[in-house]
This record gives sequence, structure tokens and C-alpha cells, in this order.
Amino acid sequence: MSGKNIAPTRDEKEGLKMAAGTYERVELERELDGFLAEAMNDGRPALKVEALTKRFPRPEGKRRGFWRRRPKFAALAAVTFTVEKGEIFGFIGMNGSGKSTLIRIVSTLLMPDEGQVEVFGVDVEGNPARVRELINRVAVDAAFFKVLSGSENLRYAARLYGLSPRLARERYDGLLTRIGFDPKRLSDQIKSLSRGERQKVAAARALMTAPALLLLDEPTTGLDPRSKREVQRVIREMREEEGTTVLLTTHDMEEAERLCDRVGILHEGRIVTIGTPAELTARAGGAGTTLEDAFLKFTGAEWLGDENGA
Amino acid sequence: MTIKVRALREFWCSIGFAERNFMLVKRYAGWEAVFLTYTVVSALTIGLIGVGTGDQQLVLFLVIGAVLWGYLSILFHEVSECIAWERGEGTLEYTFMAPVKRFTQLMGNALYAITYGLGRAAVQLLVCALFFGISLAGANFLTAAVVLVVSSLPFLGLGLACAVLPLLSRERGSQATHIFQASILLVSGVYYDVSVLPSWLRPFSVVSPATYTLRAMRAAVMDGVGLADVGNELLILVISGVVLIPVGFACFVLGERWAKKTGKLKIEG
Ligand SMILES: Nc1ncnc2c1ncn2[C@@H]1O[C@H](COP(=O)(O)OP(=O)(O)OP(=O)(O)O)[C@@H](O)[C@H]1O
Ligand SMILES: [Mg+2]
Repeated sequence: MSGKNIAPTRDEKEGLKMAAGTYERVELERELDGFLAEAMNDGRPALKVEALTKRFPRPEGKRRGFWRRRPKFAALAAVTFTVEKGEIFGFIGMNGSGKSTLIRIVSTLLMPDEGQVEVFGVDVEGNPARVRELINRVAVDAAFFKVLSGSENLRYAARLYGLSPRLARERYDGLLTRIGFDPKRLSDQIKSLSRGERQKVAAARALMTAPALLLLDEPTTGLDPRSKREVQRVIREMREEEGTTVLLTTHDMEEAERLCDRVGILHEGRIVTIGTPAELTARAGGAGTTLEDAFLKFTGAEWLGDENGA
Repeated sequence: MTIKVRALREFWCSIGFAERNFMLVKRYAGWEAVFLTYTVVSALTIGLIGVGTGDQQLVLFLVIGAVLWGYLSILFHEVSECIAWERGEGTLEYTFMAPVKRFTQLMGNALYAITYGLGRAAVQLLVCALFFGISLAGANFLTAAVVLVVSSLPFLGLGLACAVLPLLSRERGSQATHIFQASILLVSGVYYDVSVLPSWLRPFSVVSPATYTLRAMRAAVMDGVGLADVGNELLILVISGVVLIPVGFACFVLGERWAKKTGKLKIEG
């Protein structure tokens, strides 16, 4: 959490020119650093998910009688995996396979029905407040107050995370420049930005809080190939410089291959396989097999469309 | 982190919510001017009913009702709608995921509602005073200020309890809140004495905190009474605030828990 790029400057640390509100953030980051070091010593993984199950009512299900509940289906069924500190772990899977649901549970927005989720040893249900200090999330919908400008939105986000507006600006200006977004455009209203531009501001918003566990739900969907790579590079740099752990979902096989140390394939709420991209392709057929082939193989019958001339 | 540092952190967070809302007000400045004009004009038209009767005291009675109701409904509305509105914007998940105590979030919104409501009420009052040539020389401003502060408490509590309704039911929640607000308007004697209510409605006026606010405020402004003379009303308002704020907050926390269990926070994605 105290890498060179976004750490508070020495002046700030010594409380000399500390803008109002900065000191508290510095204190928190110091406390979190200590907490993370302790978690490391105890060998606690960054994320531990055990037998996680989450059910939702079937959308088409009808209530049978007033008191009866609507029939449910498992969006996640006994999902178990661990992510080590500093690892970039990706989930791929078909639409509706439960990826976003999983990310929501880790980010304390949804409570598990069964099973356990621990972030650096902290239970998401038992102590969500601590978990929230350790994480941040970039969601595919890049939610902002659309009539406010980018900098107004970031100022608000900074306050929520205890960053003073000044410290926040130092951090996000740098981040935005690195992912190819001119900070001058932050004075534009969010609604006037393109989808990809919003996604970049959303990425900076999450990264400026230097989360120990970064949750990325399709972070590069809607980005052009160059911006995609820029965002991917920043994610990798965060890991190298800050030791950030990343859990991401993507529909981009190339991204999964390029970015992830390990990849899990989710299918109908179950993990069907987990491993390094190379292991997955090997399991799916060996030489010449792509991750996309593996994806198709593990998520049901192999793609027969081409052969059938469809 | 020491308690002091934690408290400071929460303080800056609550400032963040208030600040965000004022940025939005600024952004919608045109509409703000429209709403302000509308509320000022409606207070004037109500005051003019009094002018028609030639009774200057009635004018003051009506103006106090209009201005105070304006303030209380802004307070209630801003707090009770803060969740529904964020869900509409799509930022609710983002805000709920941040390391902010829910109490801080709601208090930040309350802080905004109070300052914003006071600002609007002040403009309304000023325009009315000039328009009707009302003299406030006989008013006891200390009493009036205390009544205003104390009566904010129960309305914050009610607002908190209602804020969670949109999480329980997407549309019905906001609908219920508006109906509730309208019922308070009916039974609290905003523009008339509650004694004119049909007998079956009168019990409701007894349980509405607005009844006591209006009575105490009128005594302070029209009769210039001291704090001791509205002691009963103040006591009732304090007690209802002390009860309603924790109850409202507890409702909120339970509702949030339920929403997170059933997946009702989510809008899309
Ligand atoms: N809050 C909710 N309430 C009811 N059903 C939900 C909720 N969230 C998700 N679901 C359902 O759970 C299933 C998994 O959804 P989820 O959003 O996790 O899929 P996903 O893998 O992220 O899909 P995509 O790739 O399209 O983003 C879907 O069938 C979805 O309709
Ligand atoms: Mg998804």
C-alpha cells in the first residue's frame, strides 16, 4: 500500500503541509499496512472462498400460493477457490454464469447464503467495514453522477475513502495520464464522456484508493485495443509496485491469457476448472488449443456451429 | 488509529455527502431557481388568503405554516429519498461499498438537507415579510431557533425509516413515502388549527411531531414566548427525536441487510 507512485509525500507524512483530511488517510493506510503484514505472516491468503452458494428467485418462477416462495436457482453453487497475495486471478464464463454475483459478494454488496468468504482473513459477513477498507471495485457499468464532472465525482469518491481532495488529485492525475486519459477532460460532465472514457475514470477512481484487493468486473469492456492494453499495463504495475491482488472477470480471452496468473471457468454457478492459462489449454486438448477452445469445451458441448454450417 | 482520527474520518465523509449534494444543486441551478420561485409564490398565495380577511395575525399564521412546512418537507424528502435517488443514478452500489458508516452517510445527507432547507426557508420568509409588511419585532428568535433545531430530529428519524423503503420495494417504497408525507400535512395543522379536523382525524394530529413544531413556532413568532412557555412541545419533540432517530436507523440497517440478502441493491450489470 505504500508504493512510490501514490504514496503520500514525506511532507504529508510529517504533517507539515497536510491538507485537511489527509492525515486521517495516511493513518489508515499505515494501519492497513500493518494489518496486511500481519496477514502475510499468518499466511492468510488475499481471498479465500469456501463452498460459497447464492440463490436467487427464478425470474420466470411464479409464486405458488401467497405464502410459498418463488422457486430459486443457484447463481453460485459451492464455489471454492483461493487467491494468493499479489496474484491476478481471472474468471471467465458465459453470460449469467455468476461472475458478477461472486464479485458482489466479495465487495460486501450481497450476502452469501452458504459458505464463507474471507479477504485477508476478514470475513465479509462478520466484519464488512474492514473488508471495505481493503477493497475497491470497477464494475462494468462505471456508475457516476452523470451531470457532475469527472473531478467532482472523484472528489466525492475521495471523501468516501478518507482521501483529501488534494491527495486524491495527485493520485488520479497520474493514473489517468498513464491510462491515456487527459486529466483536463475531468472538467467535462460524465454524461459527455464516451463509454470507454468513463471506464477509465472509473478505473482511476478505484486505483487511487490503493486497494489491497482490487475487484474488476469486466474492466476493459468497451475500451479500444490501445486503451485496453494501457489499463492492463496499469493493473500489472499495481501488482508489481503495490503488491495489489486482483480478482477480475472478462469476456476477452486474450486479456485473461495475458493478464492472469490463474484462470477459473465458471459455468452455471460452478467452477468447472481452474489453473494457469497454459494448464487450461492443455486440459482442453494440448498443442494448438486456444483459451477460447478451452472456454467452449468447459462451458458445455463444443461449438458445433461451424461444422453444421450455421 | 485513535478514536479522534476515526471520528475525523467520518466527519470528512459526511462532508463529502453534503458537498456532493450541493454540487448537484449547483449543476441544476436553473431548476433550483424554478422550485424556489414556486415555493415562494405558493407561500405568498396562501398568505394572501389571510390578507383577504383583513386579519394580519392570520397572515402571519399562514406564512409560518407555509415556511415551516416547506422546511420540514425538504428535510424529510431529502433524507427519505437519498437512497432511491442514488439507485436511480446507479451509484448506490458504489456508495454502499465504500468504507463509510451508514450512520455517517445518512447524517451527511441530513446535514445537507438541514442547510439547504434552512436556506430556502430563509428566502421564503424574507420575501413574505417584505411582501406582507410583516413585523417580526415581537418574535422571540431564540425560541424560534431552538424549536427549529429540535423539530428537525423527529423528521430525520422518520426520513431514515422511510429511506430504506425503496430498497424493499422498488416503486412502492417511494410511493408510500409520499403518501406518508401527505398525511402529515393533513393532520398537523399547517394552515389551520387542528381543532377543525374531524374527530376521527384528531388522534393522528396528536402523534404527528409537526403539530408540536407548528404550535411552538407560532407561539415563538406571533406571541414572542420564551423557551419555558413551549417547554411541553419541546419536550415532546426531543423525546420523539430521541426515539425516532434510533428506530429509523435500525429500520434502515435491517432493510439494508435484507436487500443484501435478496440481491435488491443491484440495478444492472
Ligand atoms: N440481484 C439479483 N437478483 C436476482 N437475480 C440475479 C441477481 N443478480 C444476478 N442474478 C441472476 O444470477 C445469474 C448470474 O448473474 P451474474 O450477473 O452473476 O452473471 P455474469 O456471469 O456476471 O454474467 P455476464 O457475463 O453477463 O456479466 C443470472 O441468471 C442473473 O439473472
Ligand atoms: Mg457480469
